[in-house]
Amino acid sequence: MTGVAILTVVLVLLPLFAIFAYLLYKGIGSINLAFLTQTPKPVGEPGGGMANAIVGSMVILAIASVLGVPFGIGAGIFLSEYGRNRYGDIVRFVSDVLNGVPSIVIGIVAYGLVVMRQKHFSALAGGVALAIMMVPTIARTTEQMLLLVPQAIREAAYGLGVSRWRTTLSITLRTATSGVITGVMLAFARVAGETAPLLFTAFGNQFWNWKTDQPTAALSLQIFTYAISPFDEWHRQAWAGALVLIILIVGAVAAVRIAVRHGTLAGA
Amino acid sequence: MSNQALPRPRFSAPEPERGPQAARKVEARTAPLLQGKVSEGPDAFFGWVMRLCGLAVVALLGLIVYQLIVGSELSWHAFGWKFFWQSDWNPVEDQYGALPFVFGTIVSSLLALVIAVPLSLGVAVFTTEMCPINLRGILSFTTELLAAIPSVVYGLWAIFVLVPLLREYVQPFLATTLGWTGLFSGPPYGIGMLAAGVILAIMIIPIISSIAREVLTVVPQHQREAVLALGATRWEMIRMGVLRNARAGIVGAIILGLGRALGETMAVTMVIGNRPEIAKSLFAPGYTMASVLANEFTEATGDLYLSALIEIGLALFFVTIVVNALARLLVWSVTRGQPARSLA
Repeated sequence: MTGVAILTVVLVLLPLFAIFAYLLYKGIGSINLAFLTQTPKPVGEPGGGMANAIVGSMVILAIASVLGVPFGIGAGIFLSEYGRNRYGDIVRFVSDVLNGVPSIVIGIVAYGLVVMRQKHFSALAGGVALAIMMVPTIARTTEQMLLLVPQAIREAAYGLGVSRWRTTLSITLRTATSGVITGVMLAFARVAGETAPLLFTAFGNQFWNWKTDQPTAALSLQIFTYAISPFDEWHRQAWAGALVLIILIVGAVAAVRIAVRHGTLAGA
Repeated sequence: MSNQALPRPRFSAPEPERGPQAARKVEARTAPLLQGKVSEGPDAFFGWVMRLCGLAVVALLGLIVYQLIVGSELSWHAFGWKFFWQSDWNPVEDQYGALPFVFGTIVSSLLALVIAVPLSLGVAVFTTEMCPINLRGILSFTTELLAAIPSVVYGLWAIFVLVPLLREYVQPFLATTLGWTGLFSGPPYGIGMLAAGVILAIMIIPIISSIAREVLTVVPQHQREAVLALGATRWEMIRMGVLRNARAGIVGAIILGLGRALGETMAVTMVIGNRPEIAKSLFAPGYTMASVLANEFTEATGDLYLSALIEIGLALFFVTIVVNALARLLVWSVTRGQPARSLA
C-alpha cells in the first residue's frame, strides 16, 4: 500500500512538472524585448507584444487592491477583536462561503454594478470584480494572524493606559504586520491570474489605454484570446504571456514567504 | 439544594473551566476591566468602523444575490422552472433552456472527482502518515504552487499538451478497451468532456489534498498509537485509526473540491468544445454553465438573452453556495475538535 501512496504522489506531481517544464520551454523562447515593450500587431504581421496588457493588469490590480485591502483588513480586525461571538461566526461563515463563489459570477455582479451604469467596459469594473474576490480571503487570513498575537501584549498596552483603538492599530496589527501582508499577497496572487471576471468587465484592448473608465487590456485576457486563436504567432505569444504572468505571481508569493521567514511574526 | 437547612459552605475553589467557550467567558469578564471606559469617543468610533467592515462582507453576499435575482427576473418570468429542463438553446428565436449546460457542469465535475479523489487522498495520507518530515514541507509547497497557477494557464497547457495526448493515445486506447460501455465511443477529437474532466481533476487535486491533510493532522496521535498497539499493520492503522476518524472532514474536503470544479470557467471553456448538446459519450464536446457565461455574455444582444445568462449565473451561484456551506460545516466539525462520527 505504501507503493500505491507513493504512486499517487508521483501521478499528482507529474502534471505540475509537465506544466512548468512546458511553460519554460515554450515561454523563454518567445519572450523578447518587443514582447515586453510593444502593443499587439494586427493578425498576420509578426512581432508585437503585450506591453499594454502587462500595464493594464497592473492598473486593474492596483484598483482592486485599493478597494479591497482596507475592507478586508477591517473585516479581519472585526473578526479577531470584536467578533468572538455569534455575529463574528456569521461573518466568518459568509466569508468562507464567498471564497467559493465562482469568479465568473462575481464578474456578472461587477457588470451589473459598474458596466451597466457607465454604459461601457472599464478597468474600474475589472478592479471592482477582483476587489470583491479579495475581501473574504484577506479578512480570514488577517483574523488568523491577529489571533496569533498573544493576549498579554494587548493587556500590556491596556495596562499602560493605551486606548483600545490605538492598541489594535499600533500594537496588535503592528505585531502581526508580516502575517497580514502574507494574507494580502496571497489574495493578490489569487486574483492576479483571474480571467473569468475580467471577460465582461475590463473586456480587453489592443491599444494603450490610460483611462480607468475605458476598456483595458489584461495579461490573462490576452492569453485567453491568443490561446483559442488559430494563429501560430499568437500561440507563441500566449506562452510568453503565461510565463510572464506566472513569474509575476510566483515572484510575489516567494517574496512574501521570504519576508515572513525574516518577519517579526517568526519571533512572536 | 432546597431540602438542606443551611447551605453548606464551599471551601474548595471552583473547578477552572476549559475549552474555547470558557476562554470566551473569561475574556468577557476581564475585557471591561482591562479597557476602562469602553464607550469613549474614538474607541467607539473605531469599533463601529470595524464592525461596518465586517458587515460589508455580509452585505457583499446580499449584493451578489440581489444583482443576480434582479438581472434574471425577465428570463424567470418567461420560462420559470422549465428553464432548467429544456435543452433548446436558441438565441435567434429567443428560446432558452439550460439543460445541456447543467448536464455538462455536473458530468465534467463528477468526472473530475472520480479522477481526483483517490489521487488526492493518496497524497494526503502519504504526507501525513508516511513521508519523512523534511519532504513534507517540499510536498506541501509544491501542491500550494499548483493552486497558484492561474486557470487560464492550465487551459493553455491543456489545449497544446493534454488534448493532443488524449487524442493520440488515451482516447484510442479507451475506445478499444472500454468502447462497449458507450461512454468512450465516437471520433476522438481530443477536445470534449473527457479533456474537461481531466484538467478539472488536475486543478482540484491541490484543494482536496491540502484540506484532507489538514483534517488528517487533527486526528489525535493516541488514536494511531492505540490502533497500532492492538497489533494493526500501518495500513490498517491508517484505514481504521485515521481515515475513519476523519471521515466527515474528508467528505467536506471532497465537496469543497466539487464546489471549485462546478464554478471553474477558463480551463474548461478552452477544452470542452462548447457545443450545447447532451451526449452519452465522454469523447463528445459539451458545454458548462460557467463556459456559456464566458463565451456568450458579451455577445448577448437581447434583454431576454442576457437575462437567461444571468439566470444561469444565479443557478451556478446557489449550487456552489450550498455545496460550499455543506463542505465548511463538515470540515469545521472535524477541525474544531468535535467528534467526527456524530456527523458522518
